Amino acid sequence: MPIEKFVTVQTSFVPMPIENVDTDQIIPARFLKATTKEGFGDNLFFDWRYDKAGQPKADFVLNKPSYDGTVLVAGKNFGSGSSREHAAWAIAGYGFKAVVSSFFADIFRGNSLNNGVLPVQVSEEFLAGLFASVDADNKTEVKIDLANQTITNVATSASEGFEINSYKKSCLMNGYDDIDYLLSLEKEIAAYEKQAVKF
Amino acid sequence: MGKTLFDKIWDSHVVKTIDDGPNVLYIDRHFIHEVTSPQAFGGIKARGGKVARPDQVIATPDHNIPTINQHLTIQDELSRVQVETLKQNCEENGITMYGLNHPYNGIVHVVGPELGITQPGMTIVCGDSHTSTHGAFGSIAFGIGTSEVEMALATQCIMQPKPKSMRINIEGELHKGVTSKDIILYIISKLTTGGGTGYFVEFAGSAIRSLSMEARMTICNMSIEMGARGGMIAPDETTFEYIKGREQAPKGAKWDEAVAYWKSLCTDADAVFHKELNYEAADIEPMITYGTNPGMGAKVCGNIPTLDSIEDSSKNSFQKSMEYMGFAAGDKLEGKKVDYVFVGSCTNGRIEDLRSFCEAVKGRKKADSVTAWIVPGSKQVEKQAIEEGLKEQLEAAGFELRQPGCSACLAMNDDKIPEGMYAVSTSNRNFEGRQGPGSRTLLASPLTAAAAAVTGVVTDPRTIFN
Ligand code: SF4
Repeated sequence: MPIEKFVTVQTSFVPMPIENVDTDQIIPARFLKATTKEGFGDNLFFDWRYDKAGQPKADFVLNKPSYDGTVLVAGKNFGSGSSREHAAWAIAGYGFKAVVSSFFADIFRGNSLNNGVLPVQVSEEFLAGLFASVDADNKTEVKIDLANQTITNVATSASEGFEINSYKKSCLMNGYDDIDYLLSLEKEIAAYEKQAVKF
Repeated sequence: MGKTLFDKIWDSHVVKTIDDGPNVLYIDRHFIHEVTSPQAFGGIKARGGKVARPDQVIATPDHNIPTINQHLTIQDELSRVQVETLKQNCEENGITMYGLNHPYNGIVHVVGPELGITQPGMTIVCGDSHTSTHGAFGSIAFGIGTSEVEMALATQCIMQPKPKSMRINIEGELHKGVTSKDIILYIISKLTTGGGTGYFVEFAGSAIRSLSMEARMTICNMSIEMGARGGMIAPDETTFEYIKGREQAPKGAKWDEAVAYWKSLCTDADAVFHKELNYEAADIEPMITYGTNPGMGAKVCGNIPTLDSIEDSSKNSFQKSMEYMGFAAGDKLEGKKVDYVFVGSCTNGRIEDLRSFCEAVKGRKKADSVTAWIVPGSKQVEKQAIEEGLKEQLEAAGFELRQPGCSACLAMNDDKIPEGMYAVSTSNRNFEGRQGPGSRTLLASPLTAAAAAVTGVVTDPRTIFN
């Protein structure tokens, strides 16, 4: 299915200055019993977001009305742990278009790209700058320009480039997904199989 | 320049290279389970497509299944629907499934190797991060997301950028009481949970060569916990010996052909890795984790790090973790109270793990304060445990052998560690809430789990077993 096209975003953002946020926190295992992709946004960060009675915890950032925006900015090594794509569905389902961190776990990076959520890896300094800016003003903005592969801290005008391979970039910008491409390779795949080692 | 083991297998599976993009990688074996496959089948259906190579796909429900009374219908409705959906998808697409109560059912990463489906030189994927387990056979095996499960089902290929290569050498002889679980917890404690990100790791060195297949699987299984895409160990006689005669192993002349090929699967002497690390086996002692990620590990006989030894940028996360665990920086680990002991999972749910636990607890009694769940990794492990008399030994010591499944490893079934309770667990993740909301997990080897089970507190196994 086509993914949503990624266009330049300029938005306030949600800060989560915690390192090693793992996929079990992003979406706890007990929510993985669904057989469709819908509804995961409601359970994003569930155990951090809600108390035992299911009431929002006032001190969790997603529950603070002063923070909003379609970009999540998180500490180093975001998305480690399980391969559950439900984590990416939860982030996309909640409405985030991009996640910014100084380091991403591999599988999470791939999963988010496959769901139209852009992982933007920035330097430690840039990340610290974003946290400082949002501390000073909750509504401060970040701008992510995929075409030019740049991210800007609007408050300080600090800007840096980020990496993405040109194939994935064009997928995101055009809303293509990999399966269509792979399906078009039927002949190449059959030819590969003819010469492959098999026992 | 020579090639690494990883290069040899990867390069021979590339169907197409995309400039400044991923490789199209051919997949030899695709394992599926109930949790990460339904949406992939849904995607295929929505496109009006079909599964391309059903013969290369193997299914087993494992994450959601109960570990008692498996002959009854699954009580939890959502779990039942997921397991039934897998069955239906497999039937519709001609995929072999080892369903609940099938003699081959079990945790996907235990089932593949024990049936001889996992073989050297293969590319293997599964919508599960611990697919890295299969790398112990000298294959490229790694976890994928559901979009990729859909790709692999639809085309038998996925798109992957080629990872960088790392070799970790462990030389020398292990101390008594030190197991492969301790080796991998030790490495992750040095490298941190992100230290292997972007790399595919080959484990090598005399200490690795000396390990059984089960022990090698434990190490490759947890390579994902340092962020690595996967881990692998070059196949050798130990590998061939393990595979020989198994259900789906090559037979007759094919076997000789296969072994001849498998013997070529090693890193050339002049191959260069992007990164190479060396450790001494003699430096490794029994390990346990004290925090909320697998990199937070220490010697069982040691202490939790003091706050000033933690980098400034990590202090916040460290303190959050200590608060969750109810521990303080600098605390001694031995003597900490243990409420639950879980032996099982794709990390340590194999027959060798059960043997080692049984051997340790023989002639002793489970501590009254401890609830213990001993869960075999598969029906075959369960059967073997019964045949070898392990079940009786366990019962004599006050333990119960449950039925196979992922169980308390991720608590998707009823096996949940209650809030605030401490569990010494042989599984692979100690994340907040991993074993049930509010659960507190200390990862360790089956031996260290045995020591905790009979004493009720964190105990260095070397102090009570000989
Ligand atoms: S045992 Fe645990 S880690 Fe292994 S496949 Fe099951 S849930 Fe995943």
